[in-house]
Amino acid sequence: MTLALLVEQLLNGLQLGVMLFLMAAGLTLVFGVMGLINLAHGALYMTGAFVCAWVAGMTGSFWAGLLAAVPAAALVGALVEVAVIRRLYARDHLDQVLATFALILVFSEGARMIFGARPMWLDIPEALTGHVSLPGGAAYPVYRLAIIAVGLAVAAGLFWLIRRTRLGMRIRAGASDREMIGALGVDIARLYTVVFALGAGLAGLAGAMVGALQSVQVGMGEPVLILAFVTIVIGGIGSIRGALVGALLVGVVDTMGRIFLPVLFGLFTDPSSATTTGAALASMLIYLMMAGILAVRPSGLFPADG
Amino acid sequence: MAEQTTHGAPEAAPRRPGREAWINAGLAALLLAAPVAAIGLGEPYYANLASRVAILGLAGVGLNLALGYGGMVSLGHAAFFGIGGYAAGIAAQAAFNAEPVMGWPVTLPGTDLMPAIWLAALVVAGLVAAAMGAICLRTSGVYFIMITLAFAQMIFYFAISWPEYGGEDGLSIHVRNRFPGVDTYDPLTFFLICYACLMAAIWLTSRLIAARFGAALMCARMNPGRLATVGIEPFPVKLAAFVVSAMLTALAGALYAELNGFVSPAMLNWHTSGEIIVFCILGGVGRLFGPVAGAALYVLMEHVLGGLTEHWQLPLGLIILAVVLFARGGLIGLLAGGARHG
Repeated sequence: MTLALLVEQLLNGLQLGVMLFLMAAGLTLVFGVMGLINLAHGALYMTGAFVCAWVAGMTGSFWAGLLAAVPAAALVGALVEVAVIRRLYARDHLDQVLATFALILVFSEGARMIFGARPMWLDIPEALTGHVSLPGGAAYPVYRLAIIAVGLAVAAGLFWLIRRTRLGMRIRAGASDREMIGALGVDIARLYTVVFALGAGLAGLAGAMVGALQSVQVGMGEPVLILAFVTIVIGGIGSIRGALVGALLVGVVDTMGRIFLPVLFGLFTDPSSATTTGAALASMLIYLMMAGILAVRPSGLFPADG
Repeated sequence: MAEQTTHGAPEAAPRRPGREAWINAGLAALLLAAPVAAIGLGEPYYANLASRVAILGLAGVGLNLALGYGGMVSLGHAAFFGIGGYAAGIAAQAAFNAEPVMGWPVTLPGTDLMPAIWLAALVVAGLVAAAMGAICLRTSGVYFIMITLAFAQMIFYFAISWPEYGGEDGLSIHVRNRFPGVDTYDPLTFFLICYACLMAAIWLTSRLIAARFGAALMCARMNPGRLATVGIEPFPVKLAAFVVSAMLTALAGALYAELNGFVSPAMLNWHTSGEIIVFCILGGVGRLFGPVAGAALYVLMEHVLGGLTEHWQLPLGLIILAVVLFARGGLIGLLAGGARHG
């Protein structure tokens, strides 16, 4: 029983971790390359989820929804970049915070106007509805395993893209010296749009996949956004590797804390107060971890170098 | 006030301080006159709206000290706003139930006296801000923004998961707390209490900025290396400003809970932090009365747009976006002229 619970929660933590990685990768790329802090990243996650739910509702196929959601989120990201974000690169962080905060208001209210205030639901695709049995005897949903697999595959693809392709080379160059690559004839404005759209597409993918696990509703992106911020602060802002390590760390620590802290407190105090104290502490755990890591390494585990 | 404002201008030369001082005086008078007129016309609702402006303006004045003068972009001031609110809620609940707020290590009884509640709010927020600032100020720039946000969220999640003080439902303040000698239920009286707090905070800010401390703080924003070279460590200066800033915002939170008769985790939510920043920017960041002008504008827009459509947040977002992109310097910057710091 205990082993089964442990493995199950470890996988849940891993699943949350790869989700966070998809969000954090976009945030950290946009910050690393363009120096922009984007609070509206959660809105793109929400866009992915809504488009997926809407298309899946129209066609009856989750796959069609997923296939539509990623390009739709990337497209919305590109449009927002051209219309608004591009004017913010030269501004200070305060203006960036405020403008992207305003974008959240616009996106949330816009989604409410288009799709209504009621949550939408997405069904898990038929092919992935089963369970597999884990060592220890528990059954684990295939869909969550699929999310982990997709997340890890995307992570591998992203590393390949950044390290091995021409686009990746330009992204790395843009992060280290934007004037120089501009002088070498790279269209910086277009590169920035592509990077932003890439991040948006990843966020949209995350939103669409999570949409089948929870309800699709306005504001769903914000808790994830804040966890993603914690992730990139821990990992080191601007570093993809840091985002991956940070995401898995946050995912696993958060999930394990919620399960095992109340149990741990149960060893010392009576059950009811152990549950409340444990739950309250568990909800603070990753922030305390972040504070601890920053106390030792103020610029994260992997200070940005690409 | 005029003289203090002149001192308060960090880049005094290109600005027209005389005009800004007149605008400030006008704003203060207008904010005072509006509820008096509303009561005279038999519309107490608008007096409450004016109280809201004064309270949110006070929260902004608090943030402005860190953000505008100190250059610390805190996305975590909702924590202090909420702490102030919970101080009022918890003290009132304990007084209502005749229980102590805490029994250990010292017995602290509940209270329904506003000054005592304010003191509690100031002390708790000051301590939390000192701890938070000590960690956050080790970093700067975008890290600082995200870490203040993260700590505020930590307190938000704690408030939600801790059932003793209402958890997700929050706490009701059944009877508005008392202030010696006056009837706090009277809308005009309550407004005057809020207004007095706001003016006291603005006065304190102007004195701080005019003092050596203010010069050091602004130098810590513009050129920390130079400040260190003349023998002043930037860290304690910024930390002190952060703590005072948090305390002023907490006072606003305590008043806000009184106004609504209710405190909930929504006060701690990061949207609140964003809104407090919006007040500062709309009015003009780093300007003494900027947050007041911004809060007035925000409440007015909320009221007018909210009357037009239930989707008022959409036009509000677009307006904020337009201000950030095209009208840098905010309302007071627009009226008084002069550049805002970068």
